[in-house]
Amino acid sequence: MEAALKETKAKTSVLSGADLLLKSLEKENVEVIFGYPGGAVLPIYDKLYDSKILHVLPRHEQGGIHAAEGYARISGKPGVVIATSGPGATNIITGLADAMMDSLPLVVFTGQVATGVIGTDAFQEADILGITTPITKYNYQVRDTKDIPRVIKEAFYIATSGRPGPVVIDFPKDLAAAISEEPADQAIHLPGYQPTTEPNFLQVRKLAEAVSRAKRPVILAGAGVLHARAAGFLKEYAEQQSLPVVHTLLGLGGFPAGHELFLGMAGMHGCYTANMALYECDLLINIGARFDDRLTGNLKHFAPHAAVAHIDIDPAEIGKNVPTQIPVVGDAGQALRQLISLGGALPKHDEWLEKLSAWKQDFPYHYESGSALKPQKVMELLFEKTSGDAIVVTDVGQHQMWAAQYYPLNNPDRWVTSGGLGTMGFGLPASIGAQLADPASRVIAVLGDGGFQMSTQELAVIAEFQLPVKIAIFNNKALGMVRQWQEIFYDARYSHSRNPVQPSFVKLAEAYGIKGFEIRTEAEAHSILDEVLNDNEPVLLDFRVDGEENVYPMIAPGKGIHEMVGVKK
Amino acid sequence: MKRIITMTVLNRPGVLNRITNLFTKRNYNIESISVGLTEQEGVSRITCVVHVENDGMVEQITKQLNKQIDVLKVADISDQAIVARELLLLKVPVLPHNRPEIYSIIEPFRASVIDVSKDSIIIQLTGETEKIEAFIDLIKPYGIREMARTGTTAFPRGNQRATQQKSLTFV
Repeated sequence: MEAALKETKAKTSVLSGADLLLKSLEKENVEVIFGYPGGAVLPIYDKLYDSKILHVLPRHEQGGIHAAEGYARISGKPGVVIATSGPGATNIITGLADAMMDSLPLVVFTGQVATGVIGTDAFQEADILGITTPITKYNYQVRDTKDIPRVIKEAFYIATSGRPGPVVIDFPKDLAAAISEEPADQAIHLPGYQPTTEPNFLQVRKLAEAVSRAKRPVILAGAGVLHARAAGFLKEYAEQQSLPVVHTLLGLGGFPAGHELFLGMAGMHGCYTANMALYECDLLINIGARFDDRLTGNLKHFAPHAAVAHIDIDPAEIGKNVPTQIPVVGDAGQALRQLISLGGALPKHDEWLEKLSAWKQDFPYHYESGSALKPQKVMELLFEKTSGDAIVVTDVGQHQMWAAQYYPLNNPDRWVTSGGLGTMGFGLPASIGAQLADPASRVIAVLGDGGFQMSTQELAVIAEFQLPVKIAIFNNKALGMVRQWQEIFYDARYSHSRNPVQPSFVKLAEAYGIKGFEIRTEAEAHSILDEVLNDNEPVLLDFRVDGEENVYPMIAPGKGIHEMVGVKK
Repeated sequence: MKRIITMTVLNRPGVLNRITNLFTKRNYNIESISVGLTEQEGVSRITCVVHVENDGMVEQITKQLNKQIDVLKVADISDQAIVARELLLLKVPVLPHNRPEIYSIIEPFRASVIDVSKDSIIIQLTGETEKIEAFIDLIKPYGIREMARTGTTAFPRGNQRATQQKSLTFV
């Protein structure tokens, strides 16, 4: 009798909206929140004061959401963000768009003014539902305290299932403070959302048959392989059918770069072998890539001789840019498992493999050494001195491409980069999230001097948590990629792309209590990297690299994937 | 080419915004959109008439719509046997000398006059878009003071003739 009474009492315990929120986060095993307090989220922050969940305070909300993206990319778990209403919420818009493009799972709470004043242009009010609708997988505004547990449960489910993406929950201040009886456990109610994970077997069989008939097959593996945690199956399948593999920028690490079947990264700054394999193949097997324009170049010349098979969990990606003969809707891992179990006759493609391996020999990435410190050399040194085993987080621009080219990854989930949106300022905060997700690994933040200055303030977080991130700034005193395009396509008219005025990055680091080094020569690079890469504290390395260096090979905009320049020495 | 897409959606806050947003975001050209309740509580039907360049584009539209979490079901019903109707309201100035003429146009279209004032009438007409447009063309010379159209709403017929069955399948 007493036990029964106790049970009813527990069931009808009285909680505030903020209590319900935190309880739900605990239920979802949230380890870390990237949040920034403000008026509309004060009731939530009051509860966070006693919470066991780690809270990371970025120095700008945008840094917070990029950190959550880095965390999600490395951990595979959704990144959780809290921002206050109005400006707090609008400051995370770039991160939402970035996560949407690159399919990263985020659950983002935005404060909102009290329900009674929504729509009156109240202080720090912004229409966050309206603003975020096109750049989120889904969004909610909580209208009733009792809905909080269900809404949060649904948000985590939506963010992480199917094609992952960001979900926003707009949280009016009065609901966070409102007291409610703890609602009974409500089931998820999403009748319009049933992502297909199990591929249609007939389609998979069709693909297997096409593989055995193919003379020049190639796999294009994208980030879908990583999201599906299917790198092992990809390797097994490629080896079983001896299929060569090409990666997208975002897919890097899904297939070991040192493997003899690996051809390299394809796309605008991809390598010759990978791009030509896509151009000449007769069967293109896309696994979890979305045929982005930076990959395909001019669509008229993309895989012109190939039958296209496309495995994707998002049916809307299939046939969106490239006509597809064999569509397979489903999870990359499940599709690969089915393909492996089907086996089938090996394609007769020895000639093709020989050709590809000859190309690999003849046309590797290359650069010319000179008296100035070459950015490619710095990347090679970073690779060498971390045994190729670091988590590489990049910003956007030339250094990003050099990182993709000269840090060949052999393992999945060691690569964090802003691909689809190309967000400058992403790298430094994303490295914070990556390090928190995997404290045991060495994290290198590869940044340009431009992008670093877009989120410099996050050095404070690195200092506060003593995160041993190694910040490598490829400093060419320019917005390098812009400068490169101006050189090539705008008669070297360098319109506002060079930064003659810079602070001393070393002193800046020191101001935050972080060690800093300026590195001007290869010899310095050697000795300083040896000194700092293996210790357990943050460091900022200001590499003064050759400012005239360009990224090659390159496919000019509008050109076909076979029309690369800068391939040959 | 013109296609009619119908969908059922969960009647949640912002759902119409999601749909129209998608059309803007993906640069689809929308001619009309009509929304209303259905026989199921909490479920609305939306009918869109869109202009597309090819079949690939309409397939992409339906896939993008289907991806929306609040969308329950989407179909391009243009190639099915359907009933499609639109409602037109027209306010037309009427003078004693042209009143019989206007009424003689109203009658064969089976339109109805739902409001009469001293110098104008309001005409109501339902029908397929072609019929509505033909009627507007005929009335135009008499002057149209105000016009309101609801946009098409449509349904597949109960009986589908075999030759016309080409409901959209999703890969």
